Amino acid sequence: MLGPMLGEAWHAMGSNKLRTALTMLGMVIGVGSVVLMMAIGQGAQYAVEQTISTMGSNLYVIIAGWTQVSGARTGGGYGFTLRLGDADAIAELDDVVTVAPVHQVAQQIVYGSKNWNANIVGTTPDYLDARSWALVSGHAFTDEDVRSATRVALLGKTVIENLFDPGEDPLGKIIRVRNTPFEVIGTLAPKGQNLDGRDQDDAIVVPLSTAQRKIFGVPFAGSVRSIMVKAESAEAMPLVEKSVIALLRQRHRLREDQENDFYIRNLAAAADTAAETTRVMSLLLGAIASVSLLVGGIGIMNIMLVSVTERTREIGIRMAIGARQKDILAQFLLEAIMLSITGCLIGLVLGIGGALLVNALTNMVIVISGGSVLVAFAVAAGVGVFFGFYPARKAAALDPIEALRYQ
Amino acid sequence: MAERASDEIIRVVGLGKSYITAAGPFPALKGVDLTIRGGEYVAVMGPSGSGKSTFMNLLGCLDTPTMGDYFLVGRNVAHLESDELAILRNRTIGFVFQGFNLLPRMSLEDNVALPLVYTRIEREPRRKKAREMLAKVGLEGYAQSLPARISGGQQQRVAIARALINSPSLILADEPTGNLDSHTSEEIMALFRELNEEGITIVLVTHEHDIAVHAKRQVRFLDGLIVSDVLTPAHEVQPC
Repeated sequence: MLGPMLGEAWHAMGSNKLRTALTMLGMVIGVGSVVLMMAIGQGAQYAVEQTISTMGSNLYVIIAGWTQVSGARTGGGYGFTLRLGDADAIAELDDVVTVAPVHQVAQQIVYGSKNWNANIVGTTPDYLDARSWALVSGHAFTDEDVRSATRVALLGKTVIENLFDPGEDPLGKIIRVRNTPFEVIGTLAPKGQNLDGRDQDDAIVVPLSTAQRKIFGVPFAGSVRSIMVKAESAEAMPLVEKSVIALLRQRHRLREDQENDFYIRNLAAAADTAAETTRVMSLLLGAIASVSLLVGGIGIMNIMLVSVTERTREIGIRMAIGARQKDILAQFLLEAIMLSITGCLIGLVLGIGGALLVNALTNMVIVISGGSVLVAFAVAAGVGVFFGFYPARKAAALDPIEALRYQ
Repeated sequence: MAERASDEIIRVVGLGKSYITAAGPFPALKGVDLTIRGGEYVAVMGPSGSGKSTFMNLLGCLDTPTMGDYFLVGRNVAHLESDELAILRNRTIGFVFQGFNLLPRMSLEDNVALPLVYTRIEREPRRKKAREMLAKVGLEGYAQSLPARISGGQQQRVAIARALINSPSLILADEPTGNLDSHTSEEIMALFRELNEEGITIVLVTHEHDIAVHAKRQVRFLDGLIVSDVLTPAHEVQPC
C-alpha cells in the first residue's frame, strides 16, 4: 500500500514543480538555518571547552595575599604569605594529586641578537602535570634540578617563534635572562589562549630555586606567589578546598576573626561560566532558527489546503471507487511529509555546506554533530505530520457526492 | 449465468431520503420499492428533481437513506459506516460517470488499476489486470497514454474498464453518453449490451429515450416516486 502511495505523492509533487519548490523553500531555509546555527553554536561551545581543558582540570590556584610597601597596598599575589613549606604540607592532604609552587614574573629574554619579553615561570616538575602540559621535544627538569638550582629552561611556542629563526632547533641552545645563561632542554606543546585571551605559550618554565636565586631576587627566600593544587577528581574539589583553607589558616596562625592572607581560586568554576554562556548562546541560535522551521511548516499547510481544494474532484473519484477516509488521509499526509522531508534533506545539505563555508572563510570552529542533524530531520518530519494533518483530515472528511460534483 | 440471473442483486424497501434545507426538511425520495435481479439491464429515467439522482447515490452507496432498507446482494447496507460503504463501492459496485472522471495525471493503465490500490493488490498483478481490462474495452496499446490524449468515447471505455476491474456485481452508469456524440454513444451502448450479455447487471440513468431503449427494463421517477416500471417493448430494443 505504501509503495504506490509514495509514488503517487511523488507524482503529485512533480505536477506543479514551481509551487512544490517554493513550498519546500520554507523547509529548506528552516532546516538549513537550524543546522548552520547549531554548527556555529556548538563550535563556539567546543572552542571554549578546548580552552578550559588547556588550563588543567580539577585545579585550584592559591595566591599569596597582599602586602604593604611604604603605606601602599600591593594587591593580591605580591605578599610573602605563601611559603614553600605550605606547598609541601598541602601535598600531604587527602585527595590532592599534584602540588606545584609557582613564582612568575615577566622578564626580557635574550638569544643572540634577538630579545623578547615573556613570563618566567619558576616552579617544580609537577607544574607540567598540574597544567596537563606536554613537551614537544627534549625533557622536563627534575626535582634534582630544583634542589641544585640548575640553569635549564623549557620554552613555550611563542617564545621560540620570537627568539629563534624558523627551522632552528632550540634544544641545547643557551638563552639569557638577566644575564644568567639558561640551557634550553625542552620545548612545550602549544596551548593557545586562555579564557582572558592571554597567550599561554608566551612563557618559559624554569626550576623554582634557579628563578628565585638568579632572576627574581626574592627578598624572603622560600616564599612563592602561588601554589597550584590538583584534586583527585571534580567531586573531591570542595573537600580539598576546605582542607586547604583550614591547613593554611593553621600554618599561618590566623585567629578566628582574621581574614585569610591568601586567595583560593577555582579555574574550572570561571571556565564553567564561560561554557554555560556559549551553551545558552547555542540554544538561542537554535531557537531562533526553529522559528523559520515553523514558518516553513505553515507554508506546507497552506499549500496542502490549496491542493485539497483543487483536487476535490479527484478525492470524490477516489472515494467513489473505494478509497476509505483513512486512505485519503494517508495520501495527503504522506504528501505533506514528503514535501517537508525533501525540503529537509536539501536544507541539511545547504546547512552543512554553509557551515563548511563559514569555517573556510572565517576559521570559526564549527561542529556538525549527528545529533543536531537527526533532531533537525525529526523536527522536519514532525512539522510535516503536524501541519499536514489538518488539510489531510479536511480531504478525508469530504462528502463523496459533493466532491464528485465539484467543478 | 442462469443461476446468477435468478439472484437478487438489489432490493429496496420503502427507501427514502430527506434533505434538511433552510425551509425545513425536503423529501427528495419518498419511499420507493424496487427489486433488480442479477443479469438485468435497467434504465432509470425521469426529469431533474424527480429523485432519480438521489436514488442512484443511494444505490451506489455514496449516501445513506433516511428511511427504508437497501439490500445489496442480500445484505442490508442502508445504515453502514462510511468505511464499510467504501469497501462496497470498491468491490461490489462499478461506477461509470457522465464526465468520465479519469484522473488526468495518471496513465490509462494506472487509472484502470486505481480501484485495486484500495483493494490492496500488489503492483504487478494490478497492472496485468488493468491491461486485460483495457483490452476488453478495445484499448490495448494505450496503457501508458494520458486521458487527455484520447477521445471522449475512448475515455468512457477506460472508465468502463475501471468499473469492471474488481468484477463487481453491479455497474451503475450515470448518464454515460451525456458528453458524447450520437455515433460514439451508440458504440458505448453496444459495449454495455455486450457486458450485459456476459451476465453483468447494469443500472443506467438517462433522460434520453434513445438511450433508455437499449435497456431491457425502464423505471421512471417523478416527484420522488416510481411512476412506471415496464419492460422495453421488444420492437423498440435496439439491435446491436
